[in-house]
Amino acid sequence: MSEKQMHPIIKWIDYRLPVFSFMEHELHEYPTPKNLNYWWNFGSLAGIVLVIMLVTGIVLAMHYTAHVDYAFDSVERIMRDVNYGWLIRYIHMNGGSMFFIVVYIHMFRGLYYGSYQAPREILWMIGVFILLAMMATAFMGYVLPWGQMSFWGATVITNLFSAIPIVGDSIVTLLWGGFSVDNPTLNRFFSLHYLMPFVIVGLVVLHLWALHMHKSNNPLGIDAKTDQDSLPFHPYYTIKDLFGLGAFLIFFAYFVFFQPNFFGEPDNYIVANPLQTPPHIVPEWYFLPYYAILRAFTADFFLYAYTPIAWIMSAKLAGVLAMFASILLLLLMPWLDGSKVKSSKFRPVYAMFFWIFFLDCIVLGVVGGKPAEGVWIYIGQATTTYYFVHLLVIIPLVSRLERPKTPPESISAAVTSKAEG
Amino acid sequence: MSDTADPAASAEIDEQTRRDFLFTTTAAVGAVGLATAVWPFIDQMNPAADTLALASTEVDLGPIEEGQSITVVWRGKPVFVRHRTADEIKSAGEDDKAELPDPETDAARVQQPKWLVMIGICTHLGCIPLGNKSGEPKGEFGGWFCPCHGSHYDTSGRIRKGPAPNNLPIPAYNFLSDTKMKIG
Ligand code: HEM
Ligand code: FES
Repeated sequence: MSEKQMHPIIKWIDYRLPVFSFMEHELHEYPTPKNLNYWWNFGSLAGIVLVIMLVTGIVLAMHYTAHVDYAFDSVERIMRDVNYGWLIRYIHMNGGSMFFIVVYIHMFRGLYYGSYQAPREILWMIGVFILLAMMATAFMGYVLPWGQMSFWGATVITNLFSAIPIVGDSIVTLLWGGFSVDNPTLNRFFSLHYLMPFVIVGLVVLHLWALHMHKSNNPLGIDAKTDQDSLPFHPYYTIKDLFGLGAFLIFFAYFVFFQPNFFGEPDNYIVANPLQTPPHIVPEWYFLPYYAILRAFTADFFLYAYTPIAWIMSAKLAGVLAMFASILLLLLMPWLDGSKVKSSKFRPVYAMFFWIFFLDCIVLGVVGGKPAEGVWIYIGQATTTYYFVHLLVIIPLVSRLERPKTPPESISAAVTSKAEG
Repeated sequence: MSDTADPAASAEIDEQTRRDFLFTTTAAVGAVGLATAVWPFIDQMNPAADTLALASTEVDLGPIEEGQSITVVWRGKPVFVRHRTADEIKSAGEDDKAELPDPETDAARVQQPKWLVMIGICTHLGCIPLGNKSGEPKGEFGGWFCPCHGSHYDTSGRIRKGPAPNNLPIPAYNFLSDTKMKIG
């Protein structure tokens, strides 16, 4: 749609507010590397899941009551009495898990192909902030149905802040608005759970803005140089993204319709009881790796006991800080990685460590779901150690010592040589 | 002031410093004003007056037999009231000399040795320790056991083993009569 083809009314509007040429530029002509594989679908999928969460959430809020005496019953009423309430709640409930699946894949994609490297550092860092905002949103959302896990999860997590020296307890009281997790806590969590997704929308806008400055990275990790290297976004990638969406929605719908409580905890169908702790408190699956890191820090963990950390803080505080550090360190990825070549395709040693790291994260997740006893304690401490060693030692060293293979001349050269060979 | 077209020519030294001064003081006053305006929006999150007013709870001690405990709710928190046996009092006193992560004598934790009154919230991450009902595990020191991450408390409610850093806290309370007590 060039200037000439525009309808006069559209042209009139566009002259005053250039939304149409903006869309044309960013969604239609937008040059995209021609060699993107399916791992590049997960960004658009994440955006769609965000929209699904907004729509289902706003509808749920029309029936939900944020009061300790009514919250649990109002959710049960949504499940039984509200027309299609069960469907909308199950979409929202499983949508939370889908969101994290998609975003975690999206992030590992970035780690594998070096998408955080120059000039995409800020793009990557905004992504990390989106993850943090998602975690806050999901944590507060999980409190809303006011089941046993809602209550005790909220209690354990808010109590983490009591580890902060001196002001810790005042902060916890401030978060609670009382002397325990109670009605004021539920109310503010509802307010913030409603707010945070819109903050995420804002961050996503910045994320895409940064993306469109330097365009997508690609599996080869080399820049698109000529027109030969790119395709217009529409129709090539709109179609590919839609196809991926179809496949993803089948996966999503399977859980919504056939396994709606697969990701959940049965204890959350018991109304919150402040006088009784469930025997085994576990967070939602997407928090398990961090929970494992938190719990790894016991007084006798060698990373704590035999390092200066033990001189300056309690094991509890060390665990809390390590948990936050495990995410915040990702912000430094662009600088921890000193390689000139982006894609792991040309960095076999780095690629091997990438997969070990990936496995490490999975094992951390498994450990986080087990009671902290016996052999699990040691597995948790070993995988926690590896997590930090990978980020702080292995990446900086390997990326600077490894001699990568030479990437092809250009994207189009790689594509045609593959087609011919 | 009016001639700003050529700043190099018009900027006399004293004019500059006066501007700097005005600029700095204005910014400082503005920052203080902003901070003052922000405070109400933070403090509103702290406990409200009516929440604070749920201050005290009365407990009838008559029906609690020796060796029994009850849990009462005070400010939304569970409070353990235990009628201790002679054995428990004795071992609590002896353990004053044991290795305690949070040293405190048993005498300092009770008003009358047979009544142990504590907030029943694990000082680790806030779970409710088990051991207040008969049949629940009491941990390795015969007091309370927190199942969440394995903290053991003794018959004086002191932390002995596990990740919790402190003893179970003692709320403010006083005896109104031989069989009545007020917490808070
Ligand atoms: C970033 C997107 C969002 C995420 C990750 C998210 C996550 C969650 C989670 C995990 C739950 C608990 C589900 C359960 O176990 O029942 C929940 C509940 C809830 N959310 Fe969201 N949410 C999001 C957006 C929204 C929005 C925009 C609203 C609009 C107000 C909303 C309103 C609600 C309500 C009312 C509940 C309680 C009902 C229920 O538990 O099903 N959510 N959310
Ligand atoms: S909360 Fe009691 S041991 Fe962690």
